[in-house]
Amino acid sequence: MTITEQRPGYRYVGTRPVRHDGLDKVVGKARYAADLVLPGMLYGHVLRSPHAHARIVAIDTSAAEAMPGVRAVITGADFGDLPADDPERNMTRNLMARDKVLYEGHAVAAVAATTRRQARDAAEAIEVTYEALPHTLDILEAMEPGAPLLHEDIFTTGLDSEPSEPSNVANRTCYERGDIEQGFAEADVVVEGEFVTKPIHQGYIEPHACVADTGQDGKTVIWCSSQGHFRVRSQTAAMLGWDTSRIKVIPAEIGGGFGGKTTIYLEPLAVELSARAGRPVKMVMSRDEVFRATGPTPGSVIRVKLGATGDGRITAAKAWLAYESGAFPGVWAMLGCMCVVSPYNVENFLIEGYEVVVNKPVNAAYRAPSAPMAAFATDTLVDEIARRLDMDPIDLRLLNCPNKGDQAPYGPKWPLIGLRECLEAIRDSEHYRSRPAPGHGRGVASGFWFNIGEASSATVNLNENGTATVVTGSPDIGGSRASMALMAAEELGIDVHAIQPVVGDTEVVGFTDVTEGSRATFATGMAVVEACRDLKGQLRGRAARMWDCDVDEVEWADGQATHSGGEHEPLALADITAEAGRTGGPLGATASLNARGAGPAFSVQVTDVSVDEETGRVTVERYTTAQDAGTAIHPDYVEGQMQGGVVQGIGWALNEEYIHDADGVMENPGFLDYRIPVASDLPMIETIIVEVPNPNHPYGVRGVGEVGIVPPIPALANAIHDATGARIRELPMSPPRVLDAIMSGNGDGG
Amino acid sequence: MSRTHVSCNINGDDVEFLCDAGESLLDALRDEMRLMGAKEGCGTGDCGACSIIMDGRLQCSCLVFAPEADGATIVTVEGIADGDHLHPLQQCFLEGAALQCGVCTPGFLVAAKALLDRNPEPTETEVRYALAGNLCRCTGYDKIVRSVLAAADRMKEEVAG
Repeated sequence: MTITEQRPGYRYVGTRPVRHDGLDKVVGKARYAADLVLPGMLYGHVLRSPHAHARIVAIDTSAAEAMPGVRAVITGADFGDLPADDPERNMTRNLMARDKVLYEGHAVAAVAATTRRQARDAAEAIEVTYEALPHTLDILEAMEPGAPLLHEDIFTTGLDSEPSEPSNVANRTCYERGDIEQGFAEADVVVEGEFVTKPIHQGYIEPHACVADTGQDGKTVIWCSSQGHFRVRSQTAAMLGWDTSRIKVIPAEIGGGFGGKTTIYLEPLAVELSARAGRPVKMVMSRDEVFRATGPTPGSVIRVKLGATGDGRITAAKAWLAYESGAFPGVWAMLGCMCVVSPYNVENFLIEGYEVVVNKPVNAAYRAPSAPMAAFATDTLVDEIARRLDMDPIDLRLLNCPNKGDQAPYGPKWPLIGLRECLEAIRDSEHYRSRPAPGHGRGVASGFWFNIGEASSATVNLNENGTATVVTGSPDIGGSRASMALMAAEELGIDVHAIQPVVGDTEVVGFTDVTEGSRATFATGMAVVEACRDLKGQLRGRAARMWDCDVDEVEWADGQATHSGGEHEPLALADITAEAGRTGGPLGATASLNARGAGPAFSVQVTDVSVDEETGRVTVERYTTAQDAGTAIHPDYVEGQMQGGVVQGIGWALNEEYIHDADGVMENPGFLDYRIPVASDLPMIETIIVEVPNPNHPYGVRGVGEVGIVPPIPALANAIHDATGARIRELPMSPPRVLDAIMSGNGDGG
Repeated sequence: MSRTHVSCNINGDDVEFLCDAGESLLDALRDEMRLMGAKEGCGTGDCGACSIIMDGRLQCSCLVFAPEADGATIVTVEGIADGDHLHPLQQCFLEGAALQCGVCTPGFLVAAKALLDRNPEPTETEVRYALAGNLCRCTGYDKIVRSVLAAADRMKEEVAG
């Protein structure tokens, strides 16, 4: 279902063609990184730390080097160290430990050998002498003075006074406006709570994989699964101390990323092993390695206090957020601060966030990173306000809904946004208008995510038969090639299947930032449109030559050139490309740009659940999500993003968590014990695409990849409360925790 | 170490290969036969990306030792289509946008074929349980389930027509 104020008369945008890369994927021919085989290829294997925190005293690789089939062995000593202020330094120290290991799973050495088994056996034969150090796993404990220190050089930034001692708190972020005391004084209702979440993993089904082939000329070619091959190039160059021109990165099909493949883990190791062995080297992680050494999104402790007047106006918000970033600091607390009350207009607020390092894997982005935990706190408390005031939770949100021109808590004025339209879409939905079935509980929640622009490039070449090739630098993680083709078809006026969308390697297309921040269809789409518009100008010029008239007399519409005076029969695009050799040569255009004006994304969701009061098991009985897409270029894949985000949120809310033992060893590094949702856990996910076009994109695209994961946690928490009376403030809301909450009568009385 | 000789039928072809005794059938399919459709998502039978049909039964090929395939008849995702004529499941997955990244798709297609082979008219619930051994992190399963149901309808029409 799509709700659109008014859609211009597009021919292709908004249609649902079969995706161009689909056929290869249903017949098993699509080539992912682990599928590549090169002649003479070796296999690499990484040795990882068994300790959560330890000093590396010595590494003896002699036994491993003497084993059959072993061609190269590397350790941290084989890589240079970047200066302390280099932004990639932590990445390089994550890829290969230097003086200390900082988490269980931290890489300490790597081997290349003729077979996988030889490589694994040799890695296990490397003797590492460790001096175990005290570790810290708990975010609040890690913040305390006297906690085991991960780094001697982290001094908290953003404090009022500069600290004299190092700590595990990397930085403090603060957003403040108005008079918070006055705001709470005006409130008739005040609610507050502490919310706790564990790290969880992106859970892409394809483990990290790459093949590197380093030649005697000192250049290397990398085939890999990543969300951004230009970043693979720059990060690999940083780790190796190479010039980027020595590195070519060819993007393979990517088997899911969700933010987890925006950074690298294996590529420089494979390049170095390949250089030493003089042979191509393939490295593929096991699922166990994926859990122990990549990803997760932060665990968090978030305390929020909200005040509202008796008629439901939120007058004050106070938020304290601590995000654990794993072994090296990230930007997670800052992002959480920017999102925590953004779906609400609040005049008085104080938001402060702390970025905390702990002895766990280094965090990576995960779909709207940091926003879901923040929404868990705020949207649970907003539900409490609605109950206390006996207000409809959608009406309460509409009352506090920001509009264009209002100032967002993190600074800028809101551009045109579609939160109100999403709230109204849910309010008016058949789901919300119907009563929950007897015994079922209902919850609603809203969510916000920024979306971003960044750099993108596209090259569009017209072929002599009137077809087009669209080359971009954005890896396609969810159907974006189809979107590029649709936008090009709309511009050029040729059939979408006359367009071949391609993801080009680092040497055939201009620099393009990572596919992240819901930016591919927005930003790279803009580059495609710009290149197509350049081409349309060229096509008019060619038609003018063919007609021997002034170019101003030629118009381009619906895929053909027409003469303004009507003196010539229209020329279709294929008529012009067929004559291109005689009118000036091949037709092609390139556009590179920094996309500005990404449209903020909002989603509002409603769910009905049942709760087995004997076991605590929560069943999602019905789920509806409304999301502002701006304009849905390919509605099937917009719905797919919405549904996928919701279901990841459901898994996060109900099942998923990293479980570490007291020694800091992960206890559930596999899909049996780290249980992501399966088909039988779920109902259909009903979608309402709301379209409030983004005025900064030629087709109004906003970016749809991420925000869908933000509302599910509070929506489910609110639904569980509605069903049972229990307020749960810690994830996951797994059967034991739900049962405990029911038994202890942990309600808010609301 | 001497290698084990295996003869079997894969997707209608009689084939032979050599493998290590401890090698998984998944590795043998990929490394020895260069059939790259089946994927390794976990190596522990939890994700279903390596699903195959072996002697009529749905299996995770990562949990089968390659020598166990001797004498077996195996269908992988590469063998589902009839030449250039896609299986209705493949066609419905394409039309129904039942894939995003596509890495789980071969396993889902094989598992769905195994379901429809034994139950041509499954209910939504039966589809959901039959596919519960296959993990997809992209789609939320909605469009996969709908596409399997659509394929079942289409196959029924083809039989009736």
